[in-house]
Amino acid sequence: MSASSVETTLTQGLEATIAATAHSRTRKRRLRVLASQLGLLVLLLGGWQLGVGSDQLKVVLYGEPSGILAQLITWFRDGTAIGPLWQQIAVTLEEALIGFVIGTALGIVSGIALGRIRFLAEVFSPYIKVLNSIPRIVLGSVFVLALGLGIESKILLVVVLVFFGVFFNAFQGVREVDRNFIANATILGASKWQVTRHVVLPSAFTWIVASLHVSFGFALIGAIVGEFLGGLQGLGELIKNAQGTFNANGVWAAMVIMGIIALIAEYFITRLENRLLRWRPPQLSGPEL
Amino acid sequence: MSTAPHLFSTPLATLRPAIDLKNVTKRFTTPDGSTYTAIRDMTLQVAPGEFCAIVGPTGCGKSTSLTLISGLERPSAGSVSVHGEPVKGITPGVGFMFQTDAVLPWKSVLDNVAMGPKFRGIDKANAIASAKDWIRRVGLAGFEDRFPHQLSGGMRKRVALAQSLINEPEILLMDEPFSALDVQTRAIMSNELLGLWDVTKPAVVFVTHDLEEAIALADKVVVMTAGPGGTVKETFAIDLPRPRVVQEIRFDKRFVDLYQQIWESLRSEVDTAYSQSTQTTGKAS
Repeated sequence: MSASSVETTLTQGLEATIAATAHSRTRKRRLRVLASQLGLLVLLLGGWQLGVGSDQLKVVLYGEPSGILAQLITWFRDGTAIGPLWQQIAVTLEEALIGFVIGTALGIVSGIALGRIRFLAEVFSPYIKVLNSIPRIVLGSVFVLALGLGIESKILLVVVLVFFGVFFNAFQGVREVDRNFIANATILGASKWQVTRHVVLPSAFTWIVASLHVSFGFALIGAIVGEFLGGLQGLGELIKNAQGTFNANGVWAAMVIMGIIALIAEYFITRLENRLLRWRPPQLSGPEL
Repeated sequence: MSTAPHLFSTPLATLRPAIDLKNVTKRFTTPDGSTYTAIRDMTLQVAPGEFCAIVGPTGCGKSTSLTLISGLERPSAGSVSVHGEPVKGITPGVGFMFQTDAVLPWKSVLDNVAMGPKFRGIDKANAIASAKDWIRRVGLAGFEDRFPHQLSGGMRKRVALAQSLINEPEILLMDEPFSALDVQTRAIMSNELLGLWDVTKPAVVFVTHDLEEAIALADKVVVMTAGPGGTVKETFAIDLPRPRVVQEIRFDKRFVDLYQQIWESLRSEVDTAYSQSTQTTGKAS
């Protein structure tokens, strides 16, 4: 073995050691975070369980983790007072999803139309300001009165709640498009529609997608509140029912289910975000301050 | 009827100019309602195939003249014609390279370059084929699928160059296109530009505040007066032989002479612009 090849081998060995150390350091760090997260959960749930203790009044008022778990198991196994659990989930999800899709589509189309066509923006701006300033959740009552107890009134409430968030982001996104991009595409021969399609829309999507995270939360709120205000089925109805029978565990159990739904939705929205915005440079890591 | 040899024997200046600005004034209304005059009474002609560089201090209206020629803006007074036709709307057959990156970050290199032909209604297969050819010509073969953020500043400028040249413009407008690049990359890009220009021979208007770059590239250097309301101060013919090597031509004796001559003209304008920008500070001290 020549001296230089020995040196190369040594350097390679050293590089490998450094890489291995860095790798194990990252893994240890991740484990520590995970352990702390679990510890916090145990602390919170344990504290709750112990705090309520065996006092039956407190159990009725505040619920308890073990009772919530038992309630979930009962619901899954035996169904709820208003029908099978999966049916309640399906109804609420249907309302939230249909409303979310319609509200998002309307928000994007009108945001871009008003952002691109100045005249429309000037005509509509006072109406939009008024509509945005009233507490729209109240419209739920109007919709229930007008459309009845079925899912239509809930869907409409969800549409109204989702629409504004998406609309304002789409509108702002259109306003923030780099003027140079538009000038460049125009000189390359793009028509007004082609500028919208190839320049404005992709640019505004950064804003629109950001609003979807919040909007899905609004969609769930809309569906649940709609059911509170007057419904026959769904998770909101289930919560109302549990509240009416002094079943705090039931209220909490329905909330756990909604939390899981929201997390799954968040996962899909993030995937959509990564798919639509894959052209963006990855976040570079700077020094931690 | 003129034949080709006759055309070539005619001096450039007597041909119908590719670009003709006559007594052009451009005013902008500022948001607070007052007006700002960017250029005043500017007259400029650029012959077909001529490489014209415009130099002048910051704020003299160099870039404004380009937006007028391209049709992105209308003149407030005077006339702008391209190939004898007054400019209305976006000038057909014009290419524009912007100072900042204007390649679309959400499109791959290939899609960016293919945009021009697609917008002009050329079918997809031909647009892609033509784009691949231009990507190769600007030296980016193999990078077709990359997004702009994955490229260096110089490579993004190459994309922009291919994007403009694929439409085979008869007029190429360039607004300090290489100012964001480091000195070496800039010289390389300037050489490439000259090489590509020699193939399709568009009339070029190249705006810069780097006098060295202007002389190395152009057939004619136009010096503008300090703004607001800049106008043409003097025009210098650059009689350096072509083909030129941008990195080396500045050692040429004739280059140094021209540089001194033009700098003489430019210096007072730069001084004026500088004293304007520091006026408030000057009064205070």
